[in-house]
Amino acid sequence: MATQDIIARSATTTPMPSVRQVGEVAKLIDTSKCIGCKACQVACSEWNDLRDDVGSNLGVYDNPIDLTADSWTVMRFAEYENPAGNLEWLIRKDGCMHCEDPGCLKACPSPGAIVKYANGIVDFNQDKCIGCGYCITGCPFNIPRISQKDHKAYKCTLCSDRVAVGLEPACVKTCPTGAIVFGSKEDMIEHADGRIADLKERGFEHAGLYDPAGVGGTHVMYVLHHADQPSLYSSLPDEPAVSPLVSLWKGVTKPLALFAMGAAVLAGFFHYVRVGPNRVEEDPEPGEPIVHEVDPSVHVVDPKGRE
Amino acid sequence: MNDDIERYTPSERSNHWAVAVLFILAGLSGLALFHPALFGLSALFGGGTWTRILHPFLGLAMFLLFLWLAIRFAGHNRMNDRDARWLRQWRDVVGNREDRLPEVERYNAGQKLLFWVLVLSMLVLVVSGVIIWRQYFSAMFGIETLRWASLLHAAAAFVLILSIIVHIYAAIWVKGSVGAMLYGRVSRAWARKHHLGWYKAVVRERK
Repeated sequence: MATQDIIARSATTTPMPSVRQVGEVAKLIDTSKCIGCKACQVACSEWNDLRDDVGSNLGVYDNPIDLTADSWTVMRFAEYENPAGNLEWLIRKDGCMHCEDPGCLKACPSPGAIVKYANGIVDFNQDKCIGCGYCITGCPFNIPRISQKDHKAYKCTLCSDRVAVGLEPACVKTCPTGAIVFGSKEDMIEHADGRIADLKERGFEHAGLYDPAGVGGTHVMYVLHHADQPSLYSSLPDEPAVSPLVSLWKGVTKPLALFAMGAAVLAGFFHYVRVGPNRVEEDPEPGEPIVHEVDPSVHVVDPKGRE
Repeated sequence: MNDDIERYTPSERSNHWAVAVLFILAGLSGLALFHPALFGLSALFGGGTWTRILHPFLGLAMFLLFLWLAIRFAGHNRMNDRDARWLRQWRDVVGNREDRLPEVERYNAGQKLLFWVLVLSMLVLVVSGVIIWRQYFSAMFGIETLRWASLLHAAAAFVLILSIIVHIYAAIWVKGSVGAMLYGRVSRAWARKHHLGWYKAVVRERK
């Protein structure tokens, strides 16, 4: 993508190019339409040329069991017994949410290793990644993973390479039930509204859109049957936000600390200029009384006195 | 000059300067990641990734050598009532009016305070530093622990750097101090002026 389209950049304190107006995109994942086939996982690994290690079966459908540096999206399967006593199988495609206010970008110390494009996609530049893992510390959704091969951070790119040339992300293209759709954020919200109205008609009175305001909204959104309880969906955060600890760590404290260090150096300099060095009179005059009178060492230094 | 007094043994001096060099290296590499304005310092260490790789090892080495130094000096740094008076008279301290201050032992109250601040910040740095050492340890800790550790690591580093700025300035300001740590010896006049209590003790011992 043209560099003009980068509107936020990690560890950068000056404004980014912002003359162009680019529409925001979003991916909408409709959990009520998802059948858990994992075609999106396969498409992701195909398009991005990723081959994760074959893992172990842990007795659940989740496979791999968690996101890794080689698995940027995983289906998470939750069995929920609703108040009527019926089982609901809540399946959620997990991966980067592409936050409007990305905690990873805020935490990253390496200039340009994490960027946010004008269309809303948050992308990692592995060539600039230093492998510190601060993005993991900053993320409210527990998404980035450090590769054990190269110690770089990886996550879903929202297929920024495909989107840049007008294609939809690979997972969207492959989804056989149309549970994943992609377009402008505006259109996706409108599309979600239709789905939510439909779900409400069918008895899911708390159906709704997951576009959490705590992170400024996201560019990956969910339609949930139980939007009042996102945590039912394999611990999707109810009210995600960049942690206040991260904001404090990466916020106003750092420039203040730098200022204080600079001020301390300056204070020392001006103390030296105004008050001056603290010197010892090394060669007192013979008649100078005080030192000799109180000096008990006179016996020690005088050889005659000693012997 | 033959009656100069030994203030630091060769081992103490080596220990101090090893910690000092490691502090500079760990400090510069840490500051590179502290704020974007200082990221350029990473060039001194071979780039951002090398800075990330080296910083924890430099920090750990600094901590271990500091620990040794702290054990050597801890006994001389116990605070007492006279120290409280010394601290209350800080205006006389910065005004070079030492004659008004209470008698000082091997270390004055400012040096003692610095010593304990260094001990505390070093302990916070090593514990939080291990927790946020992504390559080997971070996977063992929860996310809230990591966030606290990140914040505390930066805060303790700030306190440490600020303290060392004061420490370095005091050494430049009080003439004879740098020589004491470089060559190990101070003149009798220096010892009487700055550490009369210690001087008396040294003289008593020699008798």
